[in-house]
Formats: sequence, C-alpha cells, structure tokens
Amino acid sequence: MRNPGLYRRRKSWNGMFLMLSVLAAIFGIVWLAFILGDLGYNGLSSISPKLFTMITPPPNSEGGLLNAIVGSLMMSGLAVAAGTPLGLMAGTYLAEYGRHGWLAFFVRFVNDILLSAPSIIIGLFVYEVVVRPMSHFSGWAGATALTIIVIPVVVRTTENMLLLVPNGLREAAAALGAPRSRVIRIVTWRAARAGIVTGVLLAVARISGETAPLLFTSLGMNFWSTDLNQPTASLPYVIFQFAMSADEGWHKLAWAGALLITATVLALSVFARILEKRS
Amino acid sequence: MADAALTENLVATRADTVRRFGRRDAGFRGLTGLAALLVVAVFAGVIFSLLIGAMPAIQKFGFSFITSDAWDPVAENYGARASIYGTLVTSIIAMLIAVPVGIGIAIFLTEICPRPLRRPIGIAIELLAGIPSIIYGIWGLFVFAPQFQQTLEPWLIAIFGKIPGVEALFAGPPYGIGIFTAALILSIMILPFISAVTRDVFETVPPMLKEAAYGLGCTTWEVMWRVVLPFARAGVTGGAMLALGRALGETMAVTFVIGNAHHIQGSLLAPGTTISATIANEFSEATTPMYQSAIIELGLILFFITFVVLAAAQLMLRALERRTGAAR
Repeated sequence: MRNPGLYRRRKSWNGMFLMLSVLAAIFGIVWLAFILGDLGYNGLSSISPKLFTMITPPPNSEGGLLNAIVGSLMMSGLAVAAGTPLGLMAGTYLAEYGRHGWLAFFVRFVNDILLSAPSIIIGLFVYEVVVRPMSHFSGWAGATALTIIVIPVVVRTTENMLLLVPNGLREAAAALGAPRSRVIRIVTWRAARAGIVTGVLLAVARISGETAPLLFTSLGMNFWSTDLNQPTASLPYVIFQFAMSADEGWHKLAWAGALLITATVLALSVFARILEKRS
Repeated sequence: MADAALTENLVATRADTVRRFGRRDAGFRGLTGLAALLVVAVFAGVIFSLLIGAMPAIQKFGFSFITSDAWDPVAENYGARASIYGTLVTSIIAMLIAVPVGIGIAIFLTEICPRPLRRPIGIAIELLAGIPSIIYGIWGLFVFAPQFQQTLEPWLIAIFGKIPGVEALFAGPPYGIGIFTAALILSIMILPFISAVTRDVFETVPPMLKEAAYGLGCTTWEVMWRVVLPFARAGVTGGAMLALGRALGETMAVTFVIGNAHHIQGSLLAPGTTISATIANEFSEATTPMYQSAIIELGLILFFITFVVLAAAQLMLRALERRTGAAR
C-alpha cells in the first residue's frame, strides 16, 4: 500500500456515493408507495356495488360511476377499433416497405413526436377540427382524440415487433411463391402477433387514464346517455370534475374512480408483460 | 393437340394469377403507405389547426404575447409570460430532483440491489411509469398539498427564507398549492420513467468494460462515474429529455395543485400557472373568440417547446441506436 490516504479517500467516496444511491432508491420508492397506499386506502373505502349500478349523483346524494364507466368503455373501444388497423398498417409500412427510405424516416420521426406530444394539444386539435364544425361537444370527438393517441403507440410497437421477425421466414415464404402482401399477412404478422397485441394493450392502458384530451372534446355528462353525438361521460373527466368540487361524496367517488383506472392500467400492463414474455 | 391447348391455358391462368398477385401487392403496399401518410397528416393537421386557431391572437398581440404577463379576459388583453414561466420553472425543478434520484435508483438497481430483488423492483418501477397522470394530480390535491402546507412548507420558509440570495424564492405564507408543489409532484411522476430508461441504458454497457475497470482496482463508484456513465451519457440524456418533454406538457398532475394565478411572483411557493394548466382550466370557459384564440396560441407555444425538446431527444437516441447497432 503505497498511499494509504488515497486508498482510504477512494473507499470513503465510494461508500458515500453508494449510500446516496441507496437513499435515492428508498426516497423514490417510498414516495411511490405512499401514492399507491393512499390511493388504495381512499379508493377501497369508497368502492361499493353502487359504483357499477348507479350513475353520477347530484351533490349531497348517493350515486355511482356507471355512466362514466360506460362512456369510457365506448370511447376507448371506438378508439382502439379505429386506431389499431391504422397503426398496424402504418407500422407495417415502416418495417416492411419503407425501412430505410426517406419517407419512413420522416414518418418515424413524426410518429415518435406524436407519441410523447402533450395530450392536451391533441385535445385542442380535435376541438378545432371536430367540435368547432359540429358546434357541440360529443363522444365522437372524444373517441377521435383517443384514436390519435392510440395510433402512434400501435405504430411504434408494430414496427419494433415486425423488425424482430427473422428475415429467413420472409424469404422462405417468398421462395414458395407467396406474393409480398401475403407473406406479410400470413407469416410476419402471425409471427409478431403476441407483440402487436401487447402494443394494443399498452395503447388501451394509455388511453384509459387520459384526461386532458377529453376536457374539451367529449366534455362530461352527469346523466345516463349512450348517444355519442352528445357530450359523453368518462371516468377521468368525472375524477377531474369531482375532485375539483367541494362535495365530500363527490371526493369519495373521485377516489373510487382513480382506483378503478389504476387497477385497470396495472392489470393491462401486467397482462401485456406476460404476453410479451411468452412470445 | 389437346395437350398444347391445356398448356397454353395453364400459361394464361398463371400469367393471370401473377398479374392478380401484383395488383394485390400494389394495393396492400398502397394501403400501408396511406396509413403511414395519415400519421404525417395528423401531425401537419395539429400544426395547421393550431396556427389557424391562434391567428387572431397572433395578429392582435404579435410578439408581445410572449413577453406580456397580462391575462385579462374582460379587457381582452392576453400575454403568455406567466404561463411560459410556470411551465419552464416547474419542469426545471422537477428535472433537478428527478434526474439525480432517478440515476441513483438505476445505480442501485444495477449494482447494489440484492440480485433476487432486482427484477421485482425493476418491474414495479416500470409499471409505475404507466400510471396515468390524473392519479398523481388527485393525490397531490387531497394528500400531498395539505401535508406539504402543514409540515414541509413552513420548514422551507423558516430555513431558506433567511438565507440571503434565495430568500425571495421562499417568501410568503405556506399556501400548500403553488409552483413548488406542482414541481414536486411532477418530479415524482417522471421519476419511474427516468429510472426505467436509465437502467435500460446502463444494461447496454458491455460487462467487459466494467470488469476491466474493476480489474484495475476501481471502486464501484469509480466504475459507475468513469466508465458506465460516460458510456451511457447519450442514452441517459436522451431519456432525460423525453422525461422533460413529458413534464413540460403534463396537464393533469399540475392543474390540480398549481393554483391558476396569472402573474409571476418571485416566490416559488406562490400559486402560478403553466401553459397546460391554463388551457385545461380555461378553454372550455373561454367565451369570446379572442380568449379562445389566445389559449390556442398558448397551445401552439407549448407544442413548439415540446417539439424542440422531443426532436433533440430523438436525435440523441437515434445516434445511440446506430452506435450500439454497429457495436453488435
């Protein structure tokens, strides 16, 4: 040991920084545990069968979230039904046809920007192109906004998953005389199916909590209505509206809705993870 | 004779089939290309619709929209300064907290954590990164802000309020809600994202490099600081920029706790607003065309800021991808 002082100093720096990173981990995990704990505590105490059988109440009375749950399901369902094929096709273009072309490069760039662009901007856009011409808020507008959020997620995962398919599979199918579109539909899509479904599940998880793009597209609706031509209730909007109010009962419903959304999102991501692992 | 006719027939059908395949191929290719163009069309549509919507405000206020901090719906006089200030300040504070802590968590996960715990904690963090922001918002409003007001905030005021130089930043009564509260909630929200990305990037560092450094007698900290971090710099920066893009545009986690006050106060503890919070709070109540137009111009500014940040993040991550791709 030529220089014990240096050795000691290095060792103590090491100890200090490792300690700091352990503290960082504890700090971060404790906060996140707090959030989940508070959510579970406040949410579970407000969960009851009434949530699923009654609609959102006027202040100071009993009620549930039925209309919001149904509205959310309708709009998310439409968004996935419209966004999945579009995203799938665009992702296929990027992975199978465009690959290194300038158009594919540009689409990829734009898609990744849309993927993380602020969702409230999407809300403003849909307001300008759907709500303003129709001159009223509607479930259709909300579904459009959610579709625009679904597409980039599906495009990204589809491209990534198709690129993982070994080229040998494509070549084998082509050698058998299958035309390219057939190779893609029967071989590549099928080989990448689990991954693509994972992407769709992640897209559903993403939109089930999106609030900002619904604020001025679908707005909210405190009555029973399945007419998508009207303003439509949704869970995130109800949470926003009820949490900002002063009514105790509304606060409880907001917590219950928050717990429902978190449980849905976590369940979807866990399921997507299992599926991804199996493929 | 019959044979020849049959062959001719076969050749004809075969040519037919090939042509049909060709047409279908072209059709399918065209469809995928159209879908890809649709993505570009949406992007262009966002920019154009915001530009058109913002035009009245751009024409009326010009450049002074950005520098003015007026926000007076009665007099129809609008300025974006308070909103832009809030957006930038909350995001910067959130990054100052979340980046070091996130890197700390990533170091913990890759080097220190006992092996059996690595995967579960890693997965938990990834799952947390997917929790919708409104959950952070409602938690901030009902749980964090009241606690913060009673405990941490008076303490911050007592300590930092006396230090010359920063006392103005921590002046005033503890409101509970305000710029600093919003920044703290944002930092908790982007923390799982930063940790997950950083851990992924750390795992791309070739073990050989680390082992070589350990072999030279480096301590764990020296390996992290001199080998892993320099190697992972581009990826970590790119991931942090993506997180910054999220923080800048985040709406729901901020709107609940920012206080919606349209003037810049020196104190970080005072209520303020961000671009996204202003849009969320006021757009559906904006009754006059000029009011709406001003808010849409705010949206345009936000889109521009996030575009620059996200584009930079992408370029960094792309460069990284090429590099690791070449290394394989």
